[in-house]
Amino acid sequence: MDLTALNSTQIRELLVKKEFTAQELVRAHLENIERKDSEVRAYLTLSPERALAQAQKIDGMIQAGQPLPRLAGVPAAVKDVILTKGVRTTCGSKILENYIPPYDATATERLERAGGCILGKTNCDEFAMGSSTENSGYFTTRNPHDLTRVPGGSSGGSAAAVAANLATVALGSDTGGSIRQPAAFCGTVGMMGTYGRVSRFGLVAFASSLDHIGPFGRSVRDVATVLEVIAGRDPKDSTSADIPVPGYEAALEKDIRGLKIGIPKEYFEGLSSKVGDNIEKGIQLLTQLGCTTESISLPHTDYAIACYYIIATAEASSNLARYDGVRYGFRSPDYSDLRDMYRKTRDGGFGAEVKRRIMLGTHALSSGYYDAYYLKAQKVRALIARDFVEAFDEIDVILTPTSPSPAFKLGELVDDPLQMYLADIYTVTADLAGVPGISVPCGKTKDTPHLPVGMQLLGKHFDEERLLQVAHAFEKAGGFEIA
Amino acid sequence: MALNEKDARYVAELAHLELTQEEVHKFLPQLDSILLYIEKLNQLDTTRVDPMAQVTLTAGENPSLRPDMPHPTFDQETALANAPEQAAGCFKVPRVIERE
Repeated sequence: MDLTALNSTQIRELLVKKEFTAQELVRAHLENIERKDSEVRAYLTLSPERALAQAQKIDGMIQAGQPLPRLAGVPAAVKDVILTKGVRTTCGSKILENYIPPYDATATERLERAGGCILGKTNCDEFAMGSSTENSGYFTTRNPHDLTRVPGGSSGGSAAAVAANLATVALGSDTGGSIRQPAAFCGTVGMMGTYGRVSRFGLVAFASSLDHIGPFGRSVRDVATVLEVIAGRDPKDSTSADIPVPGYEAALEKDIRGLKIGIPKEYFEGLSSKVGDNIEKGIQLLTQLGCTTESISLPHTDYAIACYYIIATAEASSNLARYDGVRYGFRSPDYSDLRDMYRKTRDGGFGAEVKRRIMLGTHALSSGYYDAYYLKAQKVRALIARDFVEAFDEIDVILTPTSPSPAFKLGELVDDPLQMYLADIYTVTADLAGVPGISVPCGKTKDTPHLPVGMQLLGKHFDEERLLQVAHAFEKAGGFEIA
Repeated sequence: MALNEKDARYVAELAHLELTQEEVHKFLPQLDSILLYIEKLNQLDTTRVDPMAQVTLTAGENPSLRPDMPHPTFDQETALANAPEQAAGCFKVPRVIERE
């Protein structure tokens, strides 16, 4: 039995049956990491002692016949923008190369309280800025399906870890698509809840009105369980919603017949058949399962990238002002005065993409430009959000491709930042509107190399249950392997 | 040109970034093309649209406020644990205030 290919339901069953111990399960994953991660490069930092200590606790509970928490013994990876107390957290940046957080993110805490065994911190684009993990200040993660290609980003390490059986589940973050797109590229499930569904406390801030924490898994059930565990009101995050968390896992089997799926025409114009063919088959499968489909319009889609890259960069320029070499992180060794220290520290510690975005954001907020850029973008954001509200008057769920292309080659887009930005076109809208979204595998491309294709479902605010039900039914009916 | 070199250097100064000449020359065309792309937002008439700062989903009273009461969080040692330079229980930085 391959212990690294199990899902969390199987893990629980087999732990209770004493087929293996939680410590053996963690060790099997650590061994797999040692075998494969020099190629995949999903992890930045491993935390074996922490994982084994947790596993030992779980084993004690099993021995004593105690009831087990929801994710007991489940090996998990955490994206390196999410704080883990005592375990180095770099955000994929050299500016935090030796930063040891003094506290856990709420999501980390809840994951562990539920029994999750944190194997380590995964690689990501620096400060979550990127769509390929090539902007990491350390190294690039590779797509386990084709090591010459990117895993997507910015949560590329988390997606790759789950895809390569280097963790059962993982946490990532999504600001413009950074969970859903790498999930699509790596052939896993990745979900972002409604804005405010999961506490952002302990998520290193990139763009505060757009950031989300969310789960990766190889099955919808695993993703539903992790989401259920980490979601919910947190007094430490004033933007976390005071709305009860339903039993996402228990509700998975609910019938989806009669659900109305909206297909937004703007997301299919000019779509390559490489991706489009698979999505078509996905739509057909859902129709066979009893859903109805109708064509809808999200008219402001074409403006989403421009809108996103003003708002996100503006908020980032503010959030990243704290990296100044004063209280934590890298400080430049030579400087003449305080301002010089700030400048040399930031110039020395930040990578190119981060600097570009800080520049854009600062410009958009600067006196004389604020109205033309930032204020304008906030108004366009309202229009984009309204598109979704109006669409959801007619339909229950929106279906789109997750990305216009499957995983591209390493190095293909690094020299053209604008092209890289345009690749986010199907994912940024959900972050702008605050709606939940999930990406599920939808087969692989017809021609070699056979690369995963992702199908995205978007839902009404706080309608994660429905998204998970559709995704689960799709999975059960063989949608992930659609051919 | 949406952004010239002088603008770029001004923005860098605001953001406390010290860009090398090479970086300025590399970034300038990239930023310029991005800013030109962003101009498309001007195609939209937003005169009667309220800006959306936040996807706040609970309207009316804000239930997320709590009483403004201080309480202990970290001790000084923990707070200083990642400090690049510290002295006398404080973060040490270059002199900020000029002496007479």
